[in-house]
Amino acid sequence: MTQLPTEPVEPKVWGLLAEFPDVTSVFDAAHKVREAGFAKWDVHCPFPIHEMDEAMGLKPSQVPNLMGGAAFTGVAVALLMQWWMAKVDYPILIAGKPLFAWEWALPITFELGVLFSAFAAVFGMLALNGLPRPHHPLMSRPEFLKAGDDGFFISIEAKDKNFDPEKTRELLESLGATGVEVVED
Amino acid sequence: MTTLEPDKAVALGLVDKPKRGGDPVTIDGTMIDDPGVRAPLVLGDRDFKSVTDTICGWIEMKTPPWWQMAFFISSGIAGLGTAMILYLIITGVGVWGLQSPVMWGWAIVNFVWWVGIGHAGTLISAILCLLKQQWRTSINRFAEAMTIFAVICAGTFPGIHVGRVWMAWMLFPLPNYNWIWPQFRSPLLWDVFAVGTYFTVSTLFWYMGMIPDLATLRDRAIGRINQKVTFGPMWAPHPMPKFVKQMTTVTIPANRIAAYFYGILSCGWRFSYRHWWNFEKAYLLLAGIATPLVLSVHTIVSFDFAVSILPGWHTTIFPPYFVAGAVFSGFAMVLTLLIPFRELYPGMKDFVTAKTMENMCKIITLTGSMVGFAYIMEFFIAWYGGNPYESQAFVIRAFGPYWWAYWAMFLCNVISPQVFWSRWARTTPWFIFIVSIVVNIGMWFERFVIVSTLSTDFLPGSWTYYKPTFVDVMTFVGTMGIFGTLFLLFAKFLPMLAISEVKNVMPQAHAHLHRHDHAEGDHHNGEGA
Repeated sequence: MTQLPTEPVEPKVWGLLAEFPDVTSVFDAAHKVREAGFAKWDVHCPFPIHEMDEAMGLKPSQVPNLMGGAAFTGVAVALLMQWWMAKVDYPILIAGKPLFAWEWALPITFELGVLFSAFAAVFGMLALNGLPRPHHPLMSRPEFLKAGDDGFFISIEAKDKNFDPEKTRELLESLGATGVEVVED
Repeated sequence: MTTLEPDKAVALGLVDKPKRGGDPVTIDGTMIDDPGVRAPLVLGDRDFKSVTDTICGWIEMKTPPWWQMAFFISSGIAGLGTAMILYLIITGVGVWGLQSPVMWGWAIVNFVWWVGIGHAGTLISAILCLLKQQWRTSINRFAEAMTIFAVICAGTFPGIHVGRVWMAWMLFPLPNYNWIWPQFRSPLLWDVFAVGTYFTVSTLFWYMGMIPDLATLRDRAIGRINQKVTFGPMWAPHPMPKFVKQMTTVTIPANRIAAYFYGILSCGWRFSYRHWWNFEKAYLLLAGIATPLVLSVHTIVSFDFAVSILPGWHTTIFPPYFVAGAVFSGFAMVLTLLIPFRELYPGMKDFVTAKTMENMCKIITLTGSMVGFAYIMEFFIAWYGGNPYESQAFVIRAFGPYWWAYWAMFLCNVISPQVFWSRWARTTPWFIFIVSIVVNIGMWFERFVIVSTLSTDFLPGSWTYYKPTFVDVMTFVGTMGIFGTLFLLFAKFLPMLAISEVKNVMPQAHAHLHRHDHAEGDHHNGEGA
């Protein structure tokens, strides 16, 4: 921290962060940003706004597929485990009852199916979202602290092929943004 | 007929704008008798900021003296309970009143009681979520926390009841030096999986729902590192009326530890809608899988009894009757905790409205009646089935040495919840509080009645009068201390209400509400539930 750079360093621009006053304005703006053809952009809101997925044109979430796969894995693991332990590895004959039967295997099979898919739901959701990620360029903006309170934001990344520092700023301002800030990487 | 959203109803002049205060008819504005008008879910003209300020404020405010007192007492009781458990471990299960033929005693009574209490949380979060009961948003986090702590208390009992506690890991199918595996044909092992899964899934559900709220707390903690936070008193309506001169400045010590603590727990959540999209899907599907799970857990717990061939236990009514009883006791425990918290935390009444409490009372009456029906049905089948051992078991239950437990159970579980047919009873918090405690006592007796059936087994020569010892009683009281301690810590450090979910049910959260020219025009509002 004590050594200052000898030459001025051009800060790398991550993108733009626009703040909107309420749900309706951010919802309408999201529609327009999508129509303008952006791909690397996002809406930040303190709660999931109803039907925002349609406004943003999001594809169906992959969480159900992950959970379905995990549920089948859990069921298979449970059945194999019970069958192998009770019938193959150490069979114990009790009261002439069958060494393996799906009827008595059902409770544990159900429970493990649920258990595996619950893990897939939480950790799959985090993985699909690229979390945990303790820091993000957006977090360097002090306004962004409002995102969890009552702030509604649209961020557009500089990496997007349609991004132009001036034109994108004008677009966001024309959509009713109360403030557009440059986010440095 | 469509169901009107609260603020639409206000706009059309159908109802008055809800006001807080002592209105005899609508109590706090939510007890609207017109079934076509939905009760408002958040009172006090709150905006999003005031919701955040109030719920986070409970964590950020100076620890109230009552909290310190309550924590001191409950952790003391928890310490006593821990000492009893330690005494049990170093001495043996003989310190309990267990004797042949009553080999299960208080340990299983307490286990089933606590697991039953642990059913309300997931029921509220999962089943009511699927049924789109939006009033659940103000109590779900609270009830889920209660669930987790109740299951922790429940799990203690079988863990210490195995006798050699250091062998408790053999409950799980882990390789061991004998090369044997657990007995998968036994319901006791199903129970291990059911309760273990229930605890894990409830914790995951609770944690996942909390990630965005933890991020809100993180952002507020980061904001506090450099500056003081100014906000109005938490009971105040927002925006502040003119006559309130000064916004109270609450000085909170800048807290870097809080920023890191909530920062790590929130996984770097940044309120991105692309994240919310996956989050909502995961939440809904978790609710979907937790619904059969919550029904399965107490079903499997009831198999512990029902799969045996003891008269009075070997009945097919046990699974539904246990599940109804579990929901019954769980809602009672939520109310027991909620009513004092609602009084003690400023502004909580704006979220946990009279209508929410009334809804919970109605569920208590419903499940209490189901339990009552099951009690009567058990007797009917014992007589109708013509099995002399079965009918003998029930005659002994009601008129034998434990008659007092049976009738206490009947009074507490069947008669007491019927008071909620009265509107006054459903809307008077102190009265609901008393009834909720009565219900909890009754549900404990229900399990005691079932277990005490063991004392009169097949061989009259071995009939005994089972009595608990001091250690039995103090271990049970101790788990209440553990429960209370965990709950107070939760109230102190984690968001008690689901902030993002509460915001989501506020009228301002709907982009479509004030705009009807939307091209697609598929409005969820006004479609009716």
